[in-house]
Amino acid sequence: MEKFSISLIVFTVFWGLIGIVLPFLIPKGPHRRLIQTMLALTSACCWLFWLCFYLHQWKPLFGPQISSVDARALKVLWGQDL
Amino acid sequence: MTLCQLFLQPDAAYSCISELGELGIVQFRDLNPNVNSFQRKYVNEVRRCEEMERKLRFLETEIKKDELPIYDPEDNPDAPKPREMIDLEATFEKLDHELKEINTNADALLRNFNELTELKHNLTMTQGFFDDAEMAFTPAHNRNQRDSDDDQVQLLYEYSMISHNKLGFITGVVPRERMVAFERMLWRVCRGNVFLRQAEIPELIEDPVSGEKLHKTVFVVFFQGEQLKNRVQKICEGFRANIYPCPENPHERRELAMGVMTRLEDLTVVLSQTQDHRQRVLAATSRNLRTWQIKVKKIKAIYHTMNMFNNDVARKCLIAECWAPVSELDRIQLALRKGSEASGGGTVSSVLNRMVTREQPPTHHKLNKFTQGFQNLVDAYGVATYREINPMPFVLITFPFLFAVMFGDAGHGILVTIFALWMVLKERSLKDKWRNQEVWTIFFGGRYIILLMGIFSIYTGIIYNDVFSKSLNIFGSSWRVRFGDDTLAKHDSVILEPTPFNYTRSADYRQMFSGTPYPIGLDPVWQLADNKITYTNSVKMKFAIIIGITQMGFGLFLSLWNHLHFNHRHAIYLEFLPQIIFLACIFFYLIILIFYKWTSFDGSKATDAPSLLIHLINMILFSYKTDPPSAAVFYTGQKQFQTFLILLAVLCVPWMLLGKPVYRIIMNKRRANYSTVTNHAAGNDSDVEEQHQEEFHDPAEKRGVVLDADVRDTDTEDMLDDEHSHQQHHQHEVEMSEVWVEQGIHTIEYFLGCISHTASYLRLWALSLAHAQLSEVLWHMILHLGLSMNGYGGAIASFFVFMPWSSLTVFILLLMEGLSAFLHALRLHWVEFQSKFYKGEGYPFVPFSFRLLLDEAPVEA
Repeated sequence: MEKFSISLIVFTVFWGLIGIVLPFLIPKGPHRRLIQTMLALTSACCWLFWLCFYLHQWKPLFGPQISSVDARALKVLWGQDL
Repeated sequence: MTLCQLFLQPDAAYSCISELGELGIVQFRDLNPNVNSFQRKYVNEVRRCEEMERKLRFLETEIKKDELPIYDPEDNPDAPKPREMIDLEATFEKLDHELKEINTNADALLRNFNELTELKHNLTMTQGFFDDAEMAFTPAHNRNQRDSDDDQVQLLYEYSMISHNKLGFITGVVPRERMVAFERMLWRVCRGNVFLRQAEIPELIEDPVSGEKLHKTVFVVFFQGEQLKNRVQKICEGFRANIYPCPENPHERRELAMGVMTRLEDLTVVLSQTQDHRQRVLAATSRNLRTWQIKVKKIKAIYHTMNMFNNDVARKCLIAECWAPVSELDRIQLALRKGSEASGGGTVSSVLNRMVTREQPPTHHKLNKFTQGFQNLVDAYGVATYREINPMPFVLITFPFLFAVMFGDAGHGILVTIFALWMVLKERSLKDKWRNQEVWTIFFGGRYIILLMGIFSIYTGIIYNDVFSKSLNIFGSSWRVRFGDDTLAKHDSVILEPTPFNYTRSADYRQMFSGTPYPIGLDPVWQLADNKITYTNSVKMKFAIIIGITQMGFGLFLSLWNHLHFNHRHAIYLEFLPQIIFLACIFFYLIILIFYKWTSFDGSKATDAPSLLIHLINMILFSYKTDPPSAAVFYTGQKQFQTFLILLAVLCVPWMLLGKPVYRIIMNKRRANYSTVTNHAAGNDSDVEEQHQEEFHDPAEKRGVVLDADVRDTDTEDMLDDEHSHQQHHQHEVEMSEVWVEQGIHTIEYFLGCISHTASYLRLWALSLAHAQLSEVLWHMILHLGLSMNGYGGAIASFFVFMPWSSLTVFILLLMEGLSAFLHALRLHWVEFQSKFYKGEGYPFVPFSFRLLLDEAPVEA
């Protein structure tokens, strides 16, 4: 459960910094509003995208179906410890 | 944006317009729309400009014919003064005349030269004929060798001796391909009574009339009598053979030949000198050609603009009307002052006068080279209505993002980014290259769009874990194979178990999923899985729905912003609220369900996991069966809550359908009531209320005419909120039936659209699936063949297999799929996103600007 939340916190903070904190630090100029909009939208879209894929894999309803040849290779290469 | 009147002194008008053209921020209106272009005031000047342009074009073709380079000026020259125009005209006239003279002279000389060349060949060949005749003449009795030529000549001689008549002859030159037909024609017409000899000229000579190089043949025709002579002459004319006189006397022939040689030498010298003179003239012209072209274009533009003005004879000035942004009025004043001073001053300077009008001003967005491309995308569908929200800043990010969701391959994304980076970094040098290639100009114009698309594609490619259809394992997979070796030996394929719950109740059941998802993106194990598509379909579809509904909701909130800006209070309650409630009740609820399902159901409850689609359908149909477990309710109170939501949503339909028309009816009644009291000010009650807001901003605005406008703007740096303008809305009676119909259409469009647009967003899933599958096919069918071979053969095979793989990747995956994803992302924005708030009924602001004029001029090939 903790390892699950580590990634969640890291990425939320990362995109939060970019999308919420950074816009306040943009210097005054003709393009200030534009850059703020861009940062906020980018971080919102990218965070949402990452979140959906992360949550979908948290509690999978079924697992991957692998051919036994590949499975044996993976058993050797990756070991058996989760 | 405000409508301005300019009062210009006729002397100063030219330079003022020139300054405004350099500035490029006013759009002039045509004040003489009914006047024929031939009856306008400055039609003569325009004609003179066109004449100058014609001369310049002629000079340009001559320069191009000689393949001289044309020198491009560094920066554009200013528009010349009216006096300079006369000088320019004189220069062009002189150059034009000179060049034409050189050309005619050169042509005449060349023709002469060619004729003399033919004559020279004629003489040399016929020399041969007559020598043969003399040779045969002397040894008349020595006829051991029987050449056919000798026979002919012998016959000729005998015939001439017998007939005691001198044979006439004609010599000439005819193109070789016509020789056979010529001979046959002669034979037939003269019934075989003429004698023809011919000799081919070995080298190509230029025909004096047509100027092309041909193979020609010299011929001599012998005949007897006047009649035959006429016939032969007519045939020669018909075949366009050039006839040359040839003296019979060999001595005279030799003299003529030498004369011809000397004349040819002289002509060669004269021709080369003429060519040199021409080159010199053209080289001098080519240095100034572009500058002159720009100057003439500017002059013409200025006179075209001045033709649009109203010439007020009484007050002896020109009146112009133009649209100008209020924030730029100072710069315009400055330009006018500069222009008045430049033209020699005078005590009265030109005056700018602001006007109040009911017309809709043109829409002007302040753009730079980065935002211009995206604004073009938005404007292609419709230019924003004056002062409504510009979707461009949002489209700037969401368009490349949705493209990337459909494109989703990091390897392809890197290729696209490199291409776009090259175009962006080499902007300056690439700007004017290949300007005639339309495909290139389209790609170059969209270089920033492509750059963003590429960068986002790299990101989505990382999340999809797809680099040229292969996955990266950076953090270690969350799945392990923990089957026994005997299980693996018994079965062809195995399915890894995600849950800890031993539902098979066997002793060696093990959980194969670590419980922590792969940190960034899709787990690399899925690349080897046969059921990868089933797994990714689920997440891609859910994401497509989530992002779609979010974008539509965002569009609705933009419409709220529009309503607040234009102060349409009623629209907020009667349009925005029913729309957002409907969207929320059904589709935001769906999003909540998606997140709930993600977080609450794991592998142990896999067979009971609810199918959200079935639940949505059942929710609308009010059917709550318990039969398949995936359709049974999965939280307490679901039935009641969902029924409540549906009823609320259904309520929104009549709310939106009836709300606005009823409001209109009430407003009309109120207006009718007030007008009976004959109180105009109070009659526009609602409008006065709404305009109160503006009075705080800009008291000067309310006055009709403001002389020498010096009103400062508050928000010049904010490109979304320029100053408030007057409103031109509903002062007039609206036809009620129109309102009902319009509202009916809007209602149906919105509610049906909600559902169809939501489903339409599923194309994000469909295209990303297609792209991934194409990429995988290319890998497995092509590149894998080379990579899977061993040894040196494998190396060579890999080399050869790379070519088809890379070219198919570029053409099919990057170009075709890229174009397809571009189009679909654009459609999603135009239809699904913008229909929620965008009216797009404005017209663009096209300022009178020299820079625009010169950039848009197509380069002649």
